[in-house]
Amino acid sequence: MPEELYEIEANIPANPIEEYLRMDRMPHIWCPGCGIGTTVNCFVRALQTSGLDLDKVAVVSGIGCTGRVAGYMNLDSFHTTHGRAIPFATGLKLANPELKVVVYSGDGDLTAIGGNHFIHAARRNMDITVILINNMIYGMTGGQVAPTTPVGATASTTPHGNFEETFNLPFLAESCGAVYVARWTAHHVRHLTKSIKEALAKKGFSFIEILAPCPTLYSRRNKLGDGLDQMEFYRDHSQIKNGADTKSVAIDFQGDIVVGKFVDKERPTYLEAMNNHYQKKYGDRYVPSEEMRKVFHA
Amino acid sequence: MHADPIGVLTGAHFIDGDHACSEGAIAAGCRFVAGYPITPSTEVVERIADRFPFVGGVFIQMEDEIASSIAIQGAVWGGKKAMTVTSGPGFSLMMEHIGFAAMTETPCVFVDVQRAGPSTGLPTMPAQGDMMQARWGSHGDYQIIAIAPNSPQECFDLTIHAFNLSERYRVPVMMMMDECVGHMIERVVIPEAEKIEVHNRKVYEGPKENYLAFEAGRDLVPTMVKAGDGYKIHVTGLTHDEKGYPNMSVATQAKLVQRLMDKIRLNADDIIKYEEENVEGADIVVVTFGITSRTAIPAIEQARAKGLKVGHLRLIVCWPFPEKRIRELAGRVKAIVMPELNMGQMVYEVERCAAGKCNVVSVPHAGGTVHQPKDILAAIEKSIRGK
Repeated sequence: MPEELYEIEANIPANPIEEYLRMDRMPHIWCPGCGIGTTVNCFVRALQTSGLDLDKVAVVSGIGCTGRVAGYMNLDSFHTTHGRAIPFATGLKLANPELKVVVYSGDGDLTAIGGNHFIHAARRNMDITVILINNMIYGMTGGQVAPTTPVGATASTTPHGNFEETFNLPFLAESCGAVYVARWTAHHVRHLTKSIKEALAKKGFSFIEILAPCPTLYSRRNKLGDGLDQMEFYRDHSQIKNGADTKSVAIDFQGDIVVGKFVDKERPTYLEAMNNHYQKKYGDRYVPSEEMRKVFHA
Repeated sequence: MHADPIGVLTGAHFIDGDHACSEGAIAAGCRFVAGYPITPSTEVVERIADRFPFVGGVFIQMEDEIASSIAIQGAVWGGKKAMTVTSGPGFSLMMEHIGFAAMTETPCVFVDVQRAGPSTGLPTMPAQGDMMQARWGSHGDYQIIAIAPNSPQECFDLTIHAFNLSERYRVPVMMMMDECVGHMIERVVIPEAEKIEVHNRKVYEGPKENYLAFEAGRDLVPTMVKAGDGYKIHVTGLTHDEKGYPNMSVATQAKLVQRLMDKIRLNADDIIKYEEENVEGADIVVVTFGITSRTAIPAIEQARAKGLKVGHLRLIVCWPFPEKRIRELAGRVKAIVMPELNMGQMVYEVERCAAGKCNVVSVPHAGGTVHQPKDILAAIEKSIRGK
């Protein structure tokens, strides 16, 4: 009921998402107008309704502004090296398949320095959820060009404008084998929350790209206003096209943004494939780990 | 604690050092290995890949050595004992994650079957050129443990030891093998599981509230929990406080780095391992490690036959370095001779500890094969000439 949705209790002692955050680490490092915090809010809302045992959820980040997400989540959290959140998450998941392992990191971290791991985890259909915040720039280091910077945009290392082709991340993820691929912006909080919940429930490699404003180093340098202006841009220029061909969702400088759930399919995950293969080939001779037995041989 | 019998192939085997290393890892309780093929180390992971489905282990061939060296650390925080295996170029790629393991106190084992470098070098031929890299390769100040086996039997025994030290001190431990030891086939005796001593990390099981994941007691080694235990730990490569939270202060940095150094330095006497022969009353001591300890033996025997008082000290644990012992010896011998399959690396440590008290002679070799004993003999003879 809409009335219930908007009913607010007086004297709420704390923000309902606080128990999911390490409040002793606040204030966070993100700039005013940054979109990362909004996505964390959506992540928490998704966790709240996911039915997951939070003791069994781990967040793994790399380095960068989004890399700090792990450190703010009141979950088992790992702030790893630059670009290597996915292989760390791979080891963690294979060691204990009972865990829901979420990689939460930035565009530069996951698709430039970590690009090799991204494509191979998708190919393997590794059982992890990857949430990628795309602010189109290296924020923490001062606004350098990224593989996601649109052609024509200015960055500190492309002071004359970027002329390098830009990654179309949903297309990359799908072509490498991801079973769940979606893109939203920090403006699409409800769609995004629902999408994260779906991705968390999905077996295998699920991937969500979230466009988020970097007012300090992307918008300002490109004369696009502040965080609010960028959110308004997302509102006015996003087209929801669920099921769109990922080939057609490339991002142009200040062009329209296609958002939606593009891929939601089934194929054996890495862990399923491994367990089924050995089970079929060796029967009782196959000795899965205790943790593996709980999940796959109950 | 004793080894889990499920993985232990008790009996006598005729296998190479690489395969013995795999068996040592399994006996030690290693149940996660990530690796990337590289000569001359590949046989280690090949055997692991073959054996793991039957012992409750997971092997994954990652997309590169960078991925392998961090995947193992994810597995460790998932509760496993884990290792990765490589050689020179791959070892170079792993350096950042050796530092990450040191900083996050993630117990894990890195096996480096050394080949001749620099760069691609001589991929199928031996060297001992990564010894300084093992100690200093990652940026910043930290301590590690490095072990150099000289036989397939030691590849088995010392791989177990590497895991035990790693678990006890929560540090990355390097198994510094070389192509000769890795591919040398000898008799390897694997004892019964109940005769194999295995150490596991200290696990915290107290109340969840206010658990300080990086608070250490008197031994300077914090207790560990794993992801999924409900402690909601935070692990970061950033400078962090006892809780594991990033703390960008000079004081926190000083305290953390000091402890990371001290937990190895102050326990060095328990970690250091070497063996000596004829050192008492010697005029000359030949200091060796790994395969070079075996090529030095004929030279030492010939020198002794000629009447020279020559002793032999073989480093088994190379890092931390046995500073005290070398200092003592330097005070009472005329010369220390150090052959190694590199252009002179561990000899710097010997020189530092000898501090001019005796003559220190390096017997360098660029790698690709082992030393000719005659070259070591010549160095022994030359070392005291004119004294």
